[in-house]
Amino acid sequence: MSKQYGYLALFDSAPAVYNAARSVRDEGFKKWDVLTPFPVHGLDEAMGLRRSKVPVFTLCGGVIGFITGMLIAWYMGQFDYPLIVGGKPFFSPIFPFPVAYELTILLAAFGTLGGMFITNRLPMHYHPVMNYDKFRHLTDDKFAIVIESADALFSETGTREFLESLDAEEVALISDEEDE
Amino acid sequence: MGKPSVLEEVRPASMPRRPIIENERNFTWITQKICGIVEGKTPTWWWVAFIISAMVASFTLMGLIYLVSTGTGVWGLRNPTFWGWAIVNFVFWIGIGHAGTLISAILCLLKQKWRTSINRAAEAMTIFAVICAGIFPLFHVGRVWLAWWLFPLPTSNAIWPNFRSPLEWDVFAVSTYGTVSVLFWYMGMIPDLATIRDRVPMIFEERIANARTAFQKAFERFYFGFRKLFYGILAMGWRGSNRHWSNYEMAYLLLAGLSTPLVLSVHTVVSFDFAVANLPGWHTTIFPPYFVAGAIFSGFGMVLTLMLPLRAIFGLQDLITQYHIDCMCKICLATGSMVGYAYGMEFFIAWYGANPYEGFAFINRAFGPYAWAYWIMISCNVITPQFFWFKWARNNLWLVWILSCFINVGMWFERFVITVTSLANDFLPANWDYFSPTVVDIFTFFGTFGLFGVLFLLFIRFLPLLAFAEIKAVSKQADVHAHH
Repeated sequence: MSKQYGYLALFDSAPAVYNAARSVRDEGFKKWDVLTPFPVHGLDEAMGLRRSKVPVFTLCGGVIGFITGMLIAWYMGQFDYPLIVGGKPFFSPIFPFPVAYELTILLAAFGTLGGMFITNRLPMHYHPVMNYDKFRHLTDDKFAIVIESADALFSETGTREFLESLDAEEVALISDEEDE
Repeated sequence: MGKPSVLEEVRPASMPRRPIIENERNFTWITQKICGIVEGKTPTWWWVAFIISAMVASFTLMGLIYLVSTGTGVWGLRNPTFWGWAIVNFVFWIGIGHAGTLISAILCLLKQKWRTSINRAAEAMTIFAVICAGIFPLFHVGRVWLAWWLFPLPTSNAIWPNFRSPLEWDVFAVSTYGTVSVLFWYMGMIPDLATIRDRVPMIFEERIANARTAFQKAFERFYFGFRKLFYGILAMGWRGSNRHWSNYEMAYLLLAGLSTPLVLSVHTVVSFDFAVANLPGWHTTIFPPYFVAGAIFSGFGMVLTLMLPLRAIFGLQDLITQYHIDCMCKICLATGSMVGYAYGMEFFIAWYGANPYEGFAFINRAFGPYAWAYWIMISCNVITPQFFWFKWARNNLWLVWILSCFINVGMWFERFVITVTSLANDFLPANWDYFSPTVVDIFTFFGTFGLFGVLFLLFIRFLPLLAFAEIKAVSKQADVHAHH
């Protein structure tokens, strides 16, 4: 027996999926998603998504980078092996600033990319929507709304009828079974 | 009092924006066009260009082998010019890279939608240019196998790098720049790689149907097994979920925000290598902005040099339109004029500062033994971009291409003039010498164009040349509010 993941409704255009997403949100579904080949402007509000958490990771990376930059210059120049060069101080916050600045950016960038992967739970080698026979089009020219059967409001017939009422091109049942 | 009746008749002027995508191309067409470059049969010109590039790149390899086996004396470096071609070439290549980050980061923050058609190739150019740039300081240290001493790693000598030196700042600036550029480039590619991944089975079926012999069939099976793995791993399981796009867009914006101060700082730090030294002609506060403007100028020159042929070869006229070329030409004009202003201002300050050494350095640049290089620089960098004021010049793509090549040449000479003239004729006339590169210098530099070409051709063949997910997002069909 194949486990079912949920229903997928296929749409042909960005405005169609946008309007449908608003209806799904207003209906009160929680475990659902919109699949689009490119970021559709305004869809976050239409889905009722909250602001992304990625900036937290960026900030952490940046702060760690700056402190690291200053610390290595202090540790190496003043603490571990003080060496007089050109009569300049062993440590001052001024001269290692370019180093700390670059490390701030470097670690903040790693934090951003890592934060994007963590918040998105990627990499993920398999996802049930990839079983959909027209999945190829969802990264090309079509759009889809997926409502998971795990949602509290989900019902075999009700959800299907609801999705069909949104002017979808087709509504398909997605199974959660990894083949190969 | 009623409003004047003429107001009823006034209509706002209808000035439609120039479209970013011409001929109303739809999503399917865009995907097919860009993915087709990667999925189609390897064109003959690609093999020809690849083999030529690889042969040219071997010059760098041979130059470096000869250098390492013999010693840095094989370069033309001698008293007083100890910073010769290596530094000139380093600054030249690093400068080329700057347009990529400018297009992807600064133009993203400024919401310049036209960037989407050219940012991917420009970012690739950045990374390959940084690789070419890195070779020179790496081998300039002399004993290249000890180059890791540049990084603050514990050695048996127990001493650490000198953080008071701009050269050490440069190590951090350039390595951060290279790394962040790769991260930005890669993250931008994830959705496009997912598209190519999802098309692999379809293309495989087409190819296997066309394969006649058993050998061909076996080859296609092996090759597409590799492609499936390659794009599958790189795409990281991307599925276009809007919950993902939301985080992705935020991360992209943040990376753009981080890359903007980064790109400005990198060439600033490169200019510190010169400006912190007490040498006439180098020790000026104008250097950071002047270097950054020059870097963007040279980078856009290189983007034009690369994109115009690619546009013609792959028939990308609907995606890289005349509007894009106009925009790039205008940026060349703006930054080229800034560089021209900086040249003039340097002379003014040298006179106004009343320092005889500073004054001499500039008179010597324009009329001394290197006057030929100086005037090549002025004509290529200041006069060339002035053509871009005119629409007829921007519309003539052959002319634009030739002018962009002049910009590349001019910007190389700028670095030559700055580096060599100041060193060759410094404070004591008894020290003076005329610097000329050796054949090893010339070959090593010549070969880096081959290395750049090899990397760029591999990029064209295996990775999405244009950021088509982003192009779709700025197209007219993507606007969900159009019908309101």
